[in-house]
Amino acid sequence: MKSYVAQRLGIAVLTLLGMSVVIFVLLRLAPGDIVDILFSTGGYVNNEERQAIMKELGIDKPLVTQYFEWLRNFMVGDLGKSYRYDQPAWDIIRPLLPVTLELAALSIIVAVCLGVPTGVISAVRQDTGLDYALRVFSLAGLSMPAFWLGMVIILALVTWLQWIPPVTYVGPRENFWLHAVQFGLPALAVGYRSSALIMRITRSALLEVMREDYIRTALAKGQSERVVIWRHALKNAILPVVTVIGIEFAFLIGGLVVTENVFNLPGVARFLVQAILWRDYPIVQNLVMFIAVVVILSNLFVDMLYGFLDPRVRYGS
Amino acid sequence: MAVNPVALGAPTEARTGRPRPGALTILGRFIRKKPLGAAGGLIILIITLTAVFAELVATYDPIATDASQTLASPSADHWLGSDHLGRDVYSRVVHGARVSLIVGLASTLMGSFFGGIIGLLSGYAGGKTDLITQRVLDIFQGLPLLVLAMVMSAALGPSIQNVVIAISIPIIPRAARVIRSSVLSIREMQYIEAARAVGVRHLRIAFRHILPNTMGPFIVLMTAQLGSAILVEATLSFLGLGVPEPYPSWGRMLSVSAAEYAQKAPHLVIFPGLAISLAVFGSNLLGDALRDTLDPRLRGA
Repeated sequence: MKSYVAQRLGIAVLTLLGMSVVIFVLLRLAPGDIVDILFSTGGYVNNEERQAIMKELGIDKPLVTQYFEWLRNFMVGDLGKSYRYDQPAWDIIRPLLPVTLELAALSIIVAVCLGVPTGVISAVRQDTGLDYALRVFSLAGLSMPAFWLGMVIILALVTWLQWIPPVTYVGPRENFWLHAVQFGLPALAVGYRSSALIMRITRSALLEVMREDYIRTALAKGQSERVVIWRHALKNAILPVVTVIGIEFAFLIGGLVVTENVFNLPGVARFLVQAILWRDYPIVQNLVMFIAVVVILSNLFVDMLYGFLDPRVRYGS
Repeated sequence: MAVNPVALGAPTEARTGRPRPGALTILGRFIRKKPLGAAGGLIILIITLTAVFAELVATYDPIATDASQTLASPSADHWLGSDHLGRDVYSRVVHGARVSLIVGLASTLMGSFFGGIIGLLSGYAGGKTDLITQRVLDIFQGLPLLVLAMVMSAALGPSIQNVVIAISIPIIPRAARVIRSSVLSIREMQYIEAARAVGVRHLRIAFRHILPNTMGPFIVLMTAQLGSAILVEATLSFLGLGVPEPYPSWGRMLSVSAAEYAQKAPHLVIFPGLAISLAVFGSNLLGDALRDTLDPRLRGA
């Protein structure tokens, strides 16, 4: 187990280093440098001022030096400064984190609660009308843009219930129910979409397990179908489902980016979009790196969980 | 070179001696066995025809404004209503199909092409080359597709070509993975060993003997990626990072006016979104059915 953990950790660190290079280079591709962009709206800047700003931002140094400085700062938790707000980035991001985490957690709960049962039912009733209906339902979720689904939900509420969801953030202590609705609706939009993947994996994993001999034995012994499916089969089918929930996390972040925008939730994902649109590149660089760390950590966690749930994985390749 | 790979067990229909069924027979069988997939194919076909013949199908100029017809509800004149500048929504949705399909197809083709070649060579070479390639692909796959596309599109600047590049790069590692895994199993087949024994060069084996047999998974991959490429394009355009004006794009139709005028004119929200969903739904349905049919490992699962 120890060498398994060490190996996984080593790969994770290497991948993150590679990602940092990609992100760094990617943002250097942008036409014009930061100073140009900063002052394109501000009017004329003389050359002396320009040099001073470049020096302050540290972009007069060679790229390699810049890269290593960034990496060192990132590792000690210094996320740099936002140009737009003229504030340390971390001070801006910190209050936004709980919003995104809460939305992400709720979305995963929705996705699992929707995906696993529909996947099981669909597998058990394979090739019946119900199976087709559930598959179309989940495929429809995968096909609708999360932001559009969000817009339609809001539109439906406004049109049929004459109720406009709050446009500004409501804290859970301020008004718990309003807060729950404010987060529940986007979680529904994002979770429905993510449930499709979980549903499909659950279905195919369960179908595979249901063909095993021990399932036939259990049924032959007179065990009820329900117990066999939920206790015997699902336990062995759940491994790939766990993996996909881990992968889902990266997928989910994509969904959050637009959903936070549509529902006007002050989260990290919405801030990332704004930072990109304002070309606040140092923030973008740090936020994307931050997302990379979160994704890699969640993958690492799933790998560990996998090794824990299935002893065969530990001793395998 | 004189050895016929077919004689050595290359997977082709010719070996059975039965004549290959014609294209129509195959199509008929597909429709009967996979009605959902056929429906998906029909949706994609209709959208493709709409995109190709947009000028004929549209009733108005998609970018012509009309101050007397702003935010009109759907009617005989404006089938799907009009937007805040009086532009006909139906004609814009029709022309939007062109942009969405061009961007979707181009980025899927580009991503799958480069990813396919990387996967083929990496899987065929094996060993250290393969290991390193896999780790490099991990780096690109670690980031959420949308985030990577968003950053790339912002860095490259708004234009149709750049959006295509921004969407195709995240597709490369996914395509490489799929092709590599099928190359790994094909590589061990006897007819490859035979080809090597008679002295066929590596590159020729990879491209002539292995590549044609990865076409099944490759087609499945492209169909599935087409849907996600259309979705990413719509999202980028919605956020203002996608296809620039004056091209009508489904995603941007939802961003500019829709949110603001949604209450007064819900058709602005509903129809472009339906178009996106339908296109992605069609390619997902078709992709699923093709996967079941063409990918033997998943047959019956």
